[in-house]
Amino acid sequence: MATRQTHQTIETVFRIEQARLIAGLARFVRDVGLAEELAQDALVSALSEWPKSGVPNNPGAWLMAAAKRRAIDGMRRNKMLERKHTEIARDLDDERDSSVEQIEEAIDDDVGDELLSLLFVACHPVLSKEARAALTLRLIGGLTTDEIARAFLSNEATIAQRIVRAKATLGGAGLTFEVPRGNERNERMASVLEVIYLIFNEGYAATAGEDLIRPALCAEAQRLGRILASLAPNEPEVFGLLALMEIQASRLATRTAPDGSLVSLTEQNRARWNQLLIRRGLAALERAESLGGGNGPYALQAALAACHARARKAVETDWKKIAYLYGTLSKVMPSPVVDLNRAIAVSMAFGPEAGLKLIDEIAQAAALRNYAPLPAAKGDFLFRAGRLAEARIEFERAAELTRNEREKAFLLKRAAACGG
Amino acid sequence: MRVMVMVKATKDSEAGIMPSTELIGAMGKYNEELINAGIMLAGEGLRSSAKGKRVAFDGASRTVIDGPFAETRELVAGFWLWQVKDMAEAIEWVKRCPNPMPGPSEIEIREVVEFDTDFGEVLTPELAELHQRNRDKTEGH
Repeated sequence: MATRQTHQTIETVFRIEQARLIAGLARFVRDVGLAEELAQDALVSALSEWPKSGVPNNPGAWLMAAAKRRAIDGMRRNKMLERKHTEIARDLDDERDSSVEQIEEAIDDDVGDELLSLLFVACHPVLSKEARAALTLRLIGGLTTDEIARAFLSNEATIAQRIVRAKATLGGAGLTFEVPRGNERNERMASVLEVIYLIFNEGYAATAGEDLIRPALCAEAQRLGRILASLAPNEPEVFGLLALMEIQASRLATRTAPDGSLVSLTEQNRARWNQLLIRRGLAALERAESLGGGNGPYALQAALAACHARARKAVETDWKKIAYLYGTLSKVMPSPVVDLNRAIAVSMAFGPEAGLKLIDEIAQAAALRNYAPLPAAKGDFLFRAGRLAEARIEFERAAELTRNEREKAFLLKRAAACGG
Repeated sequence: MRVMVMVKATKDSEAGIMPSTELIGAMGKYNEELINAGIMLAGEGLRSSAKGKRVAFDGASRTVIDGPFAETRELVAGFWLWQVKDMAEAIEWVKRCPNPMPGPSEIEIREVVEFDTDFGEVLTPELAELHQRNRDKTEGH
């Protein structure tokens, strides 16, 4: 019994240490796949030694020392000391006799840098978005392949293969495992943010009754965002994304009705919005703005979310500010969907006619040709303008386009309310 | 899941004895680790119960009781709110905390009730309607 408990303790310790361990090892051996294997080997050593010796005071440093010893042995065996690895080998020799304390110090010095570098590697643009998300959850989030598969409604074999391929691709890409600088850093950071937000949205899209690992993706993405914020404390968009996720997550409990249907923002019970997350989100947004990043795409989306979060009642929503923010967002991140949202905000701020004027321009966009929210919004503007016969046609068209049964029923109800 | 991690009071904390510079430093470092790991949502230290109040409820009556309160070991001297994967992770993080008191002390970990998962079954359509009514009222419809 005691051994089983010890094993659980060791596995939990490993899960906490894993990301830092792999990060340090990846830079050491310049290979993510090998780093992960070495970390696993260190776990195996811990499982055999700690039950006898007890969990060491600094388990992270212990695991790192064990993994590095193994890395050195392996490299010597593979005669990698010659040729291009001479330089690494010199480092290895220097480190060969390092005590746990020295490694501990080194970890404290470099860990931020190494973890950031691992995050950049896991989100490397040579990989597909799906592979980036899977690898990030595996290496930094510490999720198992099975958990990732369940989270993405996939199967374990597919995800395992995706991760293996991703590691092979990275292995062949000749990466330096240094944190990129300048322009490259900006591009690579954009990729990291995109992956974290993708993970968040996958969790956000989860519906009631699904495997709980799916909604847990939101918490995982928030955690990644918070870690990234501590690693890159001067990047405004990091805080913009963090703010966006914290504020959106503040509404997680209220966005679905007990029957599983989605509850719109204006219909949600605001008393149950998580005020702590809202405050955290607003603080992160403030930080993004004070770093001069108020006009970044994530900061703008966070500012939009903040407008709703600040309104105690739906009727108090500052639609003028929302319309203005969408206007700015459409300049930095042009998209017909952003324009549609802007039209909706304009209609709320300045009346349905103002919205109708905008929506007819947007309706020309090819991307929105079969997009149900477009006729749904237009139907709403027309309805509010008292043009019921035209509204009815738009609602019916939207009902035809949507694939969501509940939404379809809702739209047909609105069509029926137009009389006719 | 979220957990509330409570540092229990001791004779020292109840006597209003402030932590040593050394402990404050160690706690600061520990808090930094919690933040860097992305798990810390909130955390505060509390003044001794001598400065606290209790409100006792009995039917319609409300009686205010002044501190300090007895049963020191049951009192809370500080707390965190963490977001962790499971209880095992919370336990591991608590073990890493420097002893928050000069003498023997205790930290208690409690799970936060999550509305979605814990009330999913209990939230009947009638209760949902009640929520709807409350919503209408709060929004002045």
